[in-house]
Amino acid sequence: MEKRLMLGNEAIARGAWEAGVRVVSAYPGTPSTEITKYASEYKEMYAEWAVNEKVSAEVAIGACYAGARAMCCMKHVGVNVAADPFFTASYTGVNGGLVIIVADEPAMHSSQNEQDSRYYAKSAHIPMLEPSNAHECKEFVKIAFKMSEEYDTPVFVRLTTRTAHSQGFVNITDREELPLKPYVKDPKKYVMMPLMARGRHIEVEKREIRLEKDVENSPLNTVEFRDKKVGIVCSGAVYQYVKEATNASICKLANVYPIPVGFVKKFASEVSELIVCEELEPFIEETLKVHGIKCHGKEIFGKQGELSVASIRNKLYGITVPNADLTLPQRPPVMCAGCSHRSVFYILKKLKVVVSGDIGCYTMGALPPLEAMDLCLCMGGAITMAHGYDKARSPHTKNMVSVMGDSTFVHSGITGLINAVYNKGISTHLILDNAITGMTGHQENPASGKTIIGEETHLLDLELLCKAIGVKRVQVVDAFDLKAIQTAVKEEMAKDEVSVIIIRRPCALMLKGAKPNGMKINEKCKNCKACMAIGCPAISNNNGKIKINSEQCTACKVCAGLCGFNAIEEIKS
Amino acid sequence: MENNLNILIAGVGGQGTLLASRILGSLASEMGLDCKVSEIHGMSQRGGSVTTHVRISKEVLSPVITEGEADYLLAFEKLEAFRYRHYLKKSGLLICNDQELMPVPVIIGVAKYPENIFEKLKAEGFNVKIISALALAKEAGSIKTVNVVILGAVMKIMGVDYKTAVRVAEAVVPKKLWEVNKKALELGYQCTIKSV
Ligand SMILES: Cc1ncc(C[n+]2csc(CCOP(=O)(O)OP(=O)(O)O)c2C)c(N)n1
Repeated sequence: MEKRLMLGNEAIARGAWEAGVRVVSAYPGTPSTEITKYASEYKEMYAEWAVNEKVSAEVAIGACYAGARAMCCMKHVGVNVAADPFFTASYTGVNGGLVIIVADEPAMHSSQNEQDSRYYAKSAHIPMLEPSNAHECKEFVKIAFKMSEEYDTPVFVRLTTRTAHSQGFVNITDREELPLKPYVKDPKKYVMMPLMARGRHIEVEKREIRLEKDVENSPLNTVEFRDKKVGIVCSGAVYQYVKEATNASICKLANVYPIPVGFVKKFASEVSELIVCEELEPFIEETLKVHGIKCHGKEIFGKQGELSVASIRNKLYGITVPNADLTLPQRPPVMCAGCSHRSVFYILKKLKVVVSGDIGCYTMGALPPLEAMDLCLCMGGAITMAHGYDKARSPHTKNMVSVMGDSTFVHSGITGLINAVYNKGISTHLILDNAITGMTGHQENPASGKTIIGEETHLLDLELLCKAIGVKRVQVVDAFDLKAIQTAVKEEMAKDEVSVIIIRRPCALMLKGAKPNGMKINEKCKNCKACMAIGCPAISNNNGKIKINSEQCTACKVCAGLCGFNAIEEIKS
Repeated sequence: MENNLNILIAGVGGQGTLLASRILGSLASEMGLDCKVSEIHGMSQRGGSVTTHVRISKEVLSPVITEGEADYLLAFEKLEAFRYRHYLKKSGLLICNDQELMPVPVIIGVAKYPENIFEKLKAEGFNVKIISALALAKEAGSIKTVNVVILGAVMKIMGVDYKTAVRVAEAVVPKKLWEVNKKALELGYQCTIKSV
């Protein structure tokens, strides 16, 4: 058997391939994004970037009804978007196996909240498995597909950042080539209207009772007896921390929904004290308590952030580790040199407008020195919040614009724009079109005109789309043209109708061809620091003297537009 | 090389710390040891502070190194060396690329880039080795090979023989980039390493 060092996400893709999966659909989202990219590298699997998580879920569900094994992948907040199809797919069950990968993010390294998707498993009555390392990522996906077909249910595999983004050795095997199952018309199972759904709800309950019984004997859940004074129940990456940090006996759960309660009860009877060690919500702890098992844990470990060997040792034994030096200058993520979003926020700040923002690289426009974003809630929210804000405050002066990236607009901005036009809104919307899903590491989307494997496909015409929606005023502006952006924003904000400004330039990290020489500061510089206002990482203040780092500079020339002394010029080759 | 190693790689998003960690993983594989690698960063990459944790031993549990338990801190940038120094064991070795990248708070003038970082580290009792990886990367033909230059130097310090170093790097560097990276590895392996 061959052994390979793989990222958890890579192992998930491998598991799907080995399990004979034919269709993978996903929308990017940290920490789940890499799964689909890796999946697209296997010729035998069709993989696609869907436009959002609901779409990806429905594509996978359709593929599974067609008789294929299918998978969709998303970050925790993606499940909110896809929840509607999931809750009812739980009723229909499957034909080919259906596995949903959901990656939670305790500590929110790249997220807007810390929600715990285990509650989705419980409320949708969909079983959930949680692997604890890369090898288990691969194995659990394969087991999840078997479970899905055996119990006629979708199955969740839950990751957290640490399992998704850690590499470990994985034993790989061959693909199991499965024939497509026949599709047989069966409206009682696949057409969910009240009459049929009532019948299916009965099946869902029966299935859950069967699952609750069967997980008791699942070999995936294990106990390791060490010191019997304390027994710790845990799952996922936390198992690794607990094993390293303590000498306690361990009950490791792979079935996080439904939980093998009897199995834990037996373990509890062999240790003096039972502690549940879990990140985020007390999901396991609550279940055990409901079943009369005496345990505790959340009051020790808290609900926030990631656990670690150090934090567990600290909370259980008071052991401390050296502290980080918090006096040092922080290094937060920044818009790259040459980023097409920078100019927009410079102008919005200058015009002192209220900015309804959204999620993407451009969210960094909320940080100093630009600080030109007032709201940021969820993907697609910018346009709809702006419409609501304007409606609430009309007929007061209109002082809001919305800002949204191309990928986000396609994800869930379009419906909001239709809503604004339909309901006679007056809002102004900026679409920052850099032709890629930047934040999550450059995934293609309909505004890129390329598929996940780089094939040419139809390029979504954003202007035409907005016009078809009924937006009469659609302007397209060059992202590096400060004056044009300012004029367009002023013009459109003065109009009492919905308008769209598409601000366009490819992402600076996607530029092809030789790198430009970059810009330099010449002798006319008065050190007035006007160019520093855009927070470009290529421009620095060296003890009062302004310098441009030509290695980073992409010659976007936005800084030159701010200079009143013609002191920034392009380096000639 | 020892059989129990915690190596923390610290740098700035875009410096290629992940490829460096993959080379170490490939080295662990060659030695028949277990290995886990974990990358920690905020908001994807975008010029923020990034660490990659590499743990090698007979059986690795947590993929993340505990503060105070790193045998090596490989810093791709000086401020990041300083920021993550609390991860090093007292007997650990800090290998630092002699490069300064200004973070935004410094660029916009609300914070100062710390001065005399190497001297301060030495005064705190750290064993610090310095390499000028940027110049060597340029010499190799691409500033993007800073990571491989550093790894070349590190593997030499760890006592990995040159042939093995080349083999483990070749196993993970994308084929079309191998020529320039091979040169970088060689320059790193042979470079003079200054002590503070
Ligand atoms: C529901 C949901 N899905 C996915 C994500 C992860 N995510 C954050 S921003 C983003 C897309 C950003 O792309 P775009 O709007 O084109 O802006 P860019 O980053 O390119 O500037 C994604 C996929 C999320 N936060 N929420």
